[in-house]
Amino acid sequence: MALQLKKHEMPVQDPKVRAHNFDEVALGYDEETAVAEAERCLHCKVPQCRKGCPVSIDIPAFIAEIKERRFEEALKIIKESNGLPAICGRVCPQENQCEKLCVLAHKGESVGIGRLERFVADRALAQQEDVQPIEYAPDAQKVAVIGAGPSGLSCAGDLAKKGYKATIFEALHKAGGVLSYGIPEFRLPKDKVVAKEIENIEKLGVKIELDSVVGRLYTVDELMEEEGFDAVFLGTGAGLPHFQGIPGEDLNGVYSANEFLTRCNLMKAFKFPEYATPIKVGRNVAVVGGGNVAMDAARTALRLGAEHVYIVYRRSEAELPARKEEVEHAKEEGIDFRLLTNPTEVLGDDKGWVRGLKCLRMELGEPDASGRRRPVPIEGSEFELEMDTVIIAIGTGPNPIIAHTTPGLETTKRGNIVADEETCATSKPGVFAGGDIVTGAATVILAMGAGRKAAAAIDKYLQEKKAR
Amino acid sequence: MFKVLYKKELSPGIFDMDIEAPRVAKKAKAGQFIVLRVNEEGERIPLTIADNDTETGAIKLIFQVVGASTMQLSAKEVGESIADFVGPLGQPSLVKPGMGTIVMVGGGIGVAPCYPIARAMHEAGNKVIGVLAAKTKDILIFEERMAKVCDEIVICTDDGSKGLKGFATGAIQMLHERGEKMDQVTAIGPSIMMRSIVEATRPLGIHTVVSLNPVMVDGTGMCGGCRVKVGEETKFACVDGPEFDGHLVDFDNLMSRSRMYRDQETVEKDHVCNIGLGR
Repeated sequence: MALQLKKHEMPVQDPKVRAHNFDEVALGYDEETAVAEAERCLHCKVPQCRKGCPVSIDIPAFIAEIKERRFEEALKIIKESNGLPAICGRVCPQENQCEKLCVLAHKGESVGIGRLERFVADRALAQQEDVQPIEYAPDAQKVAVIGAGPSGLSCAGDLAKKGYKATIFEALHKAGGVLSYGIPEFRLPKDKVVAKEIENIEKLGVKIELDSVVGRLYTVDELMEEEGFDAVFLGTGAGLPHFQGIPGEDLNGVYSANEFLTRCNLMKAFKFPEYATPIKVGRNVAVVGGGNVAMDAARTALRLGAEHVYIVYRRSEAELPARKEEVEHAKEEGIDFRLLTNPTEVLGDDKGWVRGLKCLRMELGEPDASGRRRPVPIEGSEFELEMDTVIIAIGTGPNPIIAHTTPGLETTKRGNIVADEETCATSKPGVFAGGDIVTGAATVILAMGAGRKAAAAIDKYLQEKKAR
Repeated sequence: MFKVLYKKELSPGIFDMDIEAPRVAKKAKAGQFIVLRVNEEGERIPLTIADNDTETGAIKLIFQVVGASTMQLSAKEVGESIADFVGPLGQPSLVKPGMGTIVMVGGGIGVAPCYPIARAMHEAGNKVIGVLAAKTKDILIFEERMAKVCDEIVICTDDGSKGLKGFATGAIQMLHERGEKMDQVTAIGPSIMMRSIVEATRPLGIHTVVSLNPVMVDGTGMCGGCRVKVGEETKFACVDGPEFDGHLVDFDNLMSRSRMYRDQETVEKDHVCNIGLGR
């Protein structure tokens, strides 16, 4: 059989239709397509794909099972390394990880590894996967996990499998972290996927305490000294939104992407007034920034009824940090990309509301510290865009609550927690940290990888503690 | 779920409610707030803590019905529960011995969150003067409680039905004129009232603290919706506050931002009324 150079297409909702609904955009493979796509795998002697996976899933092995239609086996192999496959199959930047290293990518398109992962996981979720609860020893040690986001969930899941009693403390009223408040429904369905993946982790015996802000309700020291936890994992994420620091950011109608997305995803403002949380979009919306969060905010604004949604980004298309697929989806839906454009001021009316955005055109100069060409303003190129809403999506910093309330916990100048790259150990004995709170805003899969590493290191630490 | 332990309508539209939240009650310190959600469809609303009882595990809230969410909260009866209750949030008030004379100014329902701060100040050995301001004497709240933790109480009513006639600023004026040495004024209440207090204390050079309650979603620093201009800086009321140096707060901006959802609040309140939940 001649080698097919292209991936099997994944069906998607029509752009014109999906721009007005919150249903999932990409619809997933059916069984026949999945098997046909699995057939494309060459089963290299030295598989490269696995090296690109932050959690080292045995990719060729699970693909081989799909070829034989042994889908439960395929899932089992994935789950050895990844507790949240239906999520990763959707939101991992595979094109920069496993799929980038796939041998087929040199000649044509890589095997659709992410799509296959998603297929296997979705199939199991639809069939009510059978998760066996862990039987804990009577003297099982207890671990407190702070934050029910990707790093905390994977850490707690792994700890449970190792026989530790893990309790996750979550500040919000819903578990999931960025999976629940940040990534929109149309990219990652909440009830169908996120809630079920979390349920599977709870079925292992992991306890999730919602509405619990560690640092306020209990300090880290109190968890270990008074509440009986033998170790603590900090996975509190990059929760503090950055603003640009330009005039007018305090006008009504300016949102951080975090607030805009939280109102819509977590609080379901798109169903106002059935759900009580309001959100404002108006006709013209500018999203400042070029990452995945910016794409999510822009596409959400469109679905909330905005007529014209701009992405305003100071570098060029090549430097857009968002996944290519997300950029393409956004373009198909009609998002207006204003590249090499930098906002200098949010303009307000006499009542304190946004009326426009003043911008400068940019050109690319010499490479900067990040290796990307530095955007330089073109003199005299100022112009104004009419705007009702401006959403700032230029990144987030670490949440300060834990760092401020935990003596002996070393942080960087920026406020990130200092942790060993391999063991996730912090400067405080028994306290481990991983995910965005350590690295700064990164991806779901990197955070999950850190959670797994931490679980392994906590296992080692607790075994030594017990032996003492 | 968090149970309603006590409810009383103090005056039309103003409620006194105790919610069972033992973990929060154990940890709450003067000046902190909570975020609650009445039901699954509810929004997250921040309310300042009016009292905490470590024995019964109760947190006392005093709130005014202003939108759908506070209306739904007010409709909860004793024994019923609300969906979520998170806290204690924000930085506690700075309280220590030797601070001197503290004037606690509460306007309207702002008297309630003044109470735990006044109590803490008093317990630390400071002299506390409570200024309780309201439109008229019938809607004055927390008079007895405040009397127990203050060395002196000054009442101001807009209509003169009790105490001094006029706004709370009159009390500051009176205390100044009689030669009271005020080391700190803490004002809690409507923004417009806090602004007038700040303008009254500025020429007198009295350090003035205000407690802000801007629009907020999560209350943990994540959304940035509660950002306020304090001097040259942008601060998040939820993690940096809720108390700030009143002489540095940009009240125009604060008041403008609090109007962001006024239209929706009306839509929403009417919407709920139609299904017969409300008053």
